[in-house]
Amino acid sequence: MYAQLVETGAKRLKTLEEMSPEEREFQEKVDAETKIEPKNWMPEGYRKTLVRQISQHAHSEVVGMLPEGNWVTRAPTLKRKLQLMAKIQDEAGHGLYLYSAMETLGADRDEEIEKLHQGKAKYSSIFNYPTLNWADMGAVGWLVDGAAIVNQVVLQRTSYGPYSRAMVRICKEESFHQRQGYQILLDMMREGTDEQKAMVQDAINRLWWPALMMFGPHDDESPNSQQSMAWKIKRKSNDELRQMFIDQTIPQLEFLGCTAPDPDLKWNEETGHYDFGEINWQEFYDVLKGNGPCNRERINTRKKAIDEGAWVREAAVAYAEKQKQRAKAA
Amino acid sequence: MTQAEALQEYLLRLADSDMILSQRLCELCGKAPALEEEMALMNVALDLVGQARNWYEYAAELIDDGRDADKLAFRRDTQDYRNLLLTEQPNEDYAVTMGRQFFFDVWHYFTLKSLTESSDERIAGIASKALKEATYHLRRSSEWVKRLGDGTEESHRRMQDAVDILWRFTGELITPDDTDRVMAEAGIGPDPDQLANDWRGMVTEVLTQATLTPGAEDAWMYMGGKHGEHTEHLGFILAEMQFLQRAYPDATTW
Repeated sequence: MYAQLVETGAKRLKTLEEMSPEEREFQEKVDAETKIEPKNWMPEGYRKTLVRQISQHAHSEVVGMLPEGNWVTRAPTLKRKLQLMAKIQDEAGHGLYLYSAMETLGADRDEEIEKLHQGKAKYSSIFNYPTLNWADMGAVGWLVDGAAIVNQVVLQRTSYGPYSRAMVRICKEESFHQRQGYQILLDMMREGTDEQKAMVQDAINRLWWPALMMFGPHDDESPNSQQSMAWKIKRKSNDELRQMFIDQTIPQLEFLGCTAPDPDLKWNEETGHYDFGEINWQEFYDVLKGNGPCNRERINTRKKAIDEGAWVREAAVAYAEKQKQRAKAA
Repeated sequence: MTQAEALQEYLLRLADSDMILSQRLCELCGKAPALEEEMALMNVALDLVGQARNWYEYAAELIDDGRDADKLAFRRDTQDYRNLLLTEQPNEDYAVTMGRQFFFDVWHYFTLKSLTESSDERIAGIASKALKEATYHLRRSSEWVKRLGDGTEESHRRMQDAVDILWRFTGELITPDDTDRVMAEAGIGPDPDQLANDWRGMVTEVLTQATLTPGAEDAWMYMGGKHGEHTEHLGFILAEMQFLQRAYPDATTW
């Protein structure tokens, strides 16, 4: 899940009777699972919420390259280096693809990126944690891409056509990344030295809770969640998605021979789900507010890249303009 | 120098140059001037590591001392590395990054083009696939040299500076030594004179279009990478690139 806490502007849900004829027609379409396309009428709140959600998702793909970039220059084998580079390249591609989907809603990529750099737009809190050993590259693929897929598989059915289609394509690539990530950990646990096995457990210990936080806060009382569900921008609650993720992940964790840093984690026969401990929500909101271990570094790196690249982009524009003039003159 | 010795040397030069330039490009991950450039840089870097792996695998078979491709890439020190000095130069600004790429790509393109007709079939096979990638790399980097050279006043100044900074490392690309000559005579490697002419021709053409001035033909040239005498940069590149392999020498699987 790369979009957490998306503001909808809604205080409460409108009933069909309270809606304007246009709004009602729109809601009926959504209810009938007809996809909304860029040229269709849509409520301003729907448009704005989608822009926020898709841009958060796009920002997350781009910022998410940084914790991996931290190890791409130190990969342990040619094979692992190639895999990690391909994954990073895919993420840049996802970012581009998502920004394009966002632009179909009349938003501007540069403006949204500027908001990110000013700290006004969010990206997934997970990327504010550091990657400290090589096993993090496995754990990020397995847990972070894994958590993202749980959410995005559901979003393939989201009501906005371009976003839904982007999700279909992105999910395919991320499932691949997740399997590759898991394989990194499995190989180290099966054939690695004691030091390598310790790296794997250390990576899981550090990334476990932040991965669970990716699904966002409890959504029982949130008007944002209710509105997003009614618009079918969101299809399942944060807590449902988190439970799905835990249920599918624990058997994989056990197969690795590793443990989760959660003493309350246990199988519940009655519910048919795993019970798990309470997330440290203080930490979650701290990170969201900018007080995570790497928030400053991540944004500074991105801002610096775009600021210092300004002259390059200006040159490209100037050159294209000259070429156009020359073609006219010829 | 026997032909067999020269062949091993030659393969390591190809592999190491790909590997080190790719490593430099990896350093730019998340730091490119635009998202499209992130993709393109990583794409080029990915192609280069892929090619390096093919060259290393062939070299490892010929060297036949128990080392595999990974050992060749990650367990040799600077004096055993055979990359061109150009490839280890720092990224600096985007003009230097692209200038370095362009000078390399021209060399790479003509070298690979010639290698597709190598008398060594394994080399010809690897080169055919690599040439397609290098053709794209060259198109991309020459476009950037033109954009920056003939873009704004600032980009022109920076691009000209980049050409001036990097020029002294270009001589090594087109100055043959014994290894190059043995390879050429065996019909395995490119003809050195032809390669030098092709390189000069294309570089002059693109720089002229880019409104840039090439360095002097008789300029002093810094050489030595092909024999393991490197600039101070390579030690740091390897310290980073080979960190895990050296910190955990007992690890056999990653």
